[in-house]
Amino acid sequence: MELTTVWFTVIAFLWTGFFVLEGFDFGVGMLAPALSRGEAERKQVLGTIGPVWDGNEVWLISAVGAMFAAFPAWYAGMLSEFYLPIVLVLVGLIVRGVGLEWRGKVHHASDRAWCDLGILIGSALPAFLWGAVFADLLHDSVTAMLVGGVFSVSLCLLHGAVFVALKTLGPVRARARRAALVLSAVALPAGVAALSGIPSAGTAAGGPDAPVWIWALALAATAALAAGVALTWRGRDGWAFTATASSVALTGAALFGALWPAPLPGLTLAEAASGPYALQTLTWIGLIALPFVVGYQAWSYWVFRKRLVAQPS
Amino acid sequence: MEALDLARWQFGVTTVYHFLFVPLTIGLGVFVAGLQTAWHRTGKEQYLRLTKFFGKLFLINFAMGVVTGIVQEFQFGMNWSEYSIFVGDVFGAPLALEALLAFFLESTFLGLWIFGWDKLPKRVHLATIWAAVIGSNLSAYFILAANAWMKHPVGYEVVDGKARMTDLWAVLTNSTALAQVPHVVAGAFIIAGGFVLAVCGYNILKERRTDPDRTVPMRRGAGSIWRTPMRAALVMTAIAGAVSAGTGDLSGKLLYEQQPMKLAAAEGLERDTAGAAFSPVPGVEIPMLLSFLATNAPDAVVRGAEDLQAEFAKKFGPGDYRPNVPVVYASFRVMITFGMATVGLSVLGLWLTRRRRTPAASREHPAPHGPVRGRRRTVRVPREIPSWFARACLLALPLPVLAMIAGWLLSEIGRQPWTVQGELLTAASVSPGVSLTEVAVSLAVFTLLYGLLAVAEAVLLVRYVKAGPEQVSPAPSTPAGGSGNGDATAVMLQPTLMY
Repeated sequence: MELTTVWFTVIAFLWTGFFVLEGFDFGVGMLAPALSRGEAERKQVLGTIGPVWDGNEVWLISAVGAMFAAFPAWYAGMLSEFYLPIVLVLVGLIVRGVGLEWRGKVHHASDRAWCDLGILIGSALPAFLWGAVFADLLHDSVTAMLVGGVFSVSLCLLHGAVFVALKTLGPVRARARRAALVLSAVALPAGVAALSGIPSAGTAAGGPDAPVWIWALALAATAALAAGVALTWRGRDGWAFTATASSVALTGAALFGALWPAPLPGLTLAEAASGPYALQTLTWIGLIALPFVVGYQAWSYWVFRKRLVAQPS
Repeated sequence: MEALDLARWQFGVTTVYHFLFVPLTIGLGVFVAGLQTAWHRTGKEQYLRLTKFFGKLFLINFAMGVVTGIVQEFQFGMNWSEYSIFVGDVFGAPLALEALLAFFLESTFLGLWIFGWDKLPKRVHLATIWAAVIGSNLSAYFILAANAWMKHPVGYEVVDGKARMTDLWAVLTNSTALAQVPHVVAGAFIIAGGFVLAVCGYNILKERRTDPDRTVPMRRGAGSIWRTPMRAALVMTAIAGAVSAGTGDLSGKLLYEQQPMKLAAAEGLERDTAGAAFSPVPGVEIPMLLSFLATNAPDAVVRGAEDLQAEFAKKFGPGDYRPNVPVVYASFRVMITFGMATVGLSVLGLWLTRRRRTPAASREHPAPHGPVRGRRRTVRVPREIPSWFARACLLALPLPVLAMIAGWLLSEIGRQPWTVQGELLTAASVSPGVSLTEVAVSLAVFTLLYGLLAVAEAVLLVRYVKAGPEQVSPAPSTPAGGSGNGDATAVMLQPTLMY
């Protein structure tokens, strides 16, 4: 396999990891007000992502760092082209981060309300905008951006609701399950619309027919989404989360499959790539380091595996 | 006004702002880890209280470092796409390594530390804070190595108008990086030390206002919970000061070889001069000191800005190759003066707070085994911390921060007009497709948001410093297991530090 293909795969993996992990963080951030009655439950909901959201965010930082190192022209082109959306993504990530970190440190209810607002807006903005940006990369149309954004938000909401159902007990868990079922009314149609567009993205622009495996990925992503809803209905929280996580991962795989080999209009990977020395060196370091990263992050999920209950303060 | 100007302002504003929080994260993290280690070793409750107290301040600050750091990584691509495309092959590598090797470590283990107080064995929990601070310090190394490459590019060749890395090891062991990393990290420890000194000084003064025992001189300060962290911060600041001075000297010598224009600007030297003088303030000159500092030879020639300008114009074509001399000149002096003042304060403090010998058989300290034959037995007791010194410690908060800002202005404005010294001009680095309006909007948005967050952070920190350390509850009980719900055992997430 060529080094550019290896690095495109690594970057796709990092972005997909970000979608899967921060997907439920964003969902939980947006759903926190709807799923909780009172401060104790609010803490319970946000506590599900408390120990892990920052580590999850590093998947984005790594994805973008890897793009910078391996495909500088892709990195520079994408960030300067989507300038204002990226500014808003950054604003979102900033207010969400300080909201989550400071929420437990402030003393007044009004300060907590500001933190909650930051968490809400800061989760919704990146969720919508990343969906819109990638949809625009594929289709270059405003409608597609809207569909992509709505799908991304609804998928994060559903994924987050399923995550809360998996990680909590009591009334919050029941509410999260109901929310997941209600949200599926938006997520499923949006998913069908957005995912069915992915394989045909190149074809519409006069490119070759999409390979069968991209169709397969898109179809599998839709099926996994439907399965997630069905499993939530049956009360199988663990399997439901596995299904929504798979759906997000398969969506990421289909998306990057469709972006290969030209991640930006008029820019192929070969043109955007760094030299073979840089790619080779980074490959070795990445191969050694990535298993450790995945290992200790998995361990941190294991440490915090128990369900949370609301704790009156 | 061009997009270029605003893009430069944006980089300056966001970077200086980001670097208000990062040094505190780097230094205070190690300090907190040290306190927790002391608790682990001695089991003394006061260390636990201090760990949690400084841990909270650390976390409030940490959040700001993280969120403003994301902007930094994206900004190169957004505003400086031509730069990114030119340097990505070389410059991107340390950034990718920073995320992969440092940020994951820092964020994951900090999450484990914050929420793991009663979920992890004590020893493992202690290890998590150390893993996190190793991550923070490692990230400093990678980003400073990347920054050093801009000033002294090594391990690359230019192919098709782009820098191509030929030797990653050379990039990571760049002489400029090896001098700069310890210099900046030492600066971070001075800032953190100064922060702790200010917190301790404030609280000692507060204690004296409210302590009913203030009339008993021996108790004043000596028995205070703040004495230990103050002493530790004094030691930390003094050691970091020595490292900072040594590596600063080394950096000056590297400037002489690698960035003579920056050195000339820092000294306001116009012409090539043999036996150049050093002027600590305008108008005062110490003969030959600059030549000596730059080369160890008092009569060596130090290049002047005018002569270098003529040489660069011949070499790189017409243009102005001088940085903003007054800013660079002033920054250099602010950095040295304020940095040294903080370190001087810490050395003075170490002397003032030294223990004193006192006869062992006094009423307060009865000797356990009576007088020892031959010489009189003495014990060493803490000395009272003078109030004026506690008050002076409040200055240790702003001074090193200003020194750090000035150091970055010297370093980065002094590099102008280049982004990559001798290879790429700043004017040729900016994104061609990004409009003035777009940069203006993002500059306004970030400046406004950063301003609001600075106020919020300051209010929050002050509130916690004023509240002081909380009493710690006795050892937390192990979580009750098995609510009869299979694997869905419910536990309370201990709200030790967050939520």
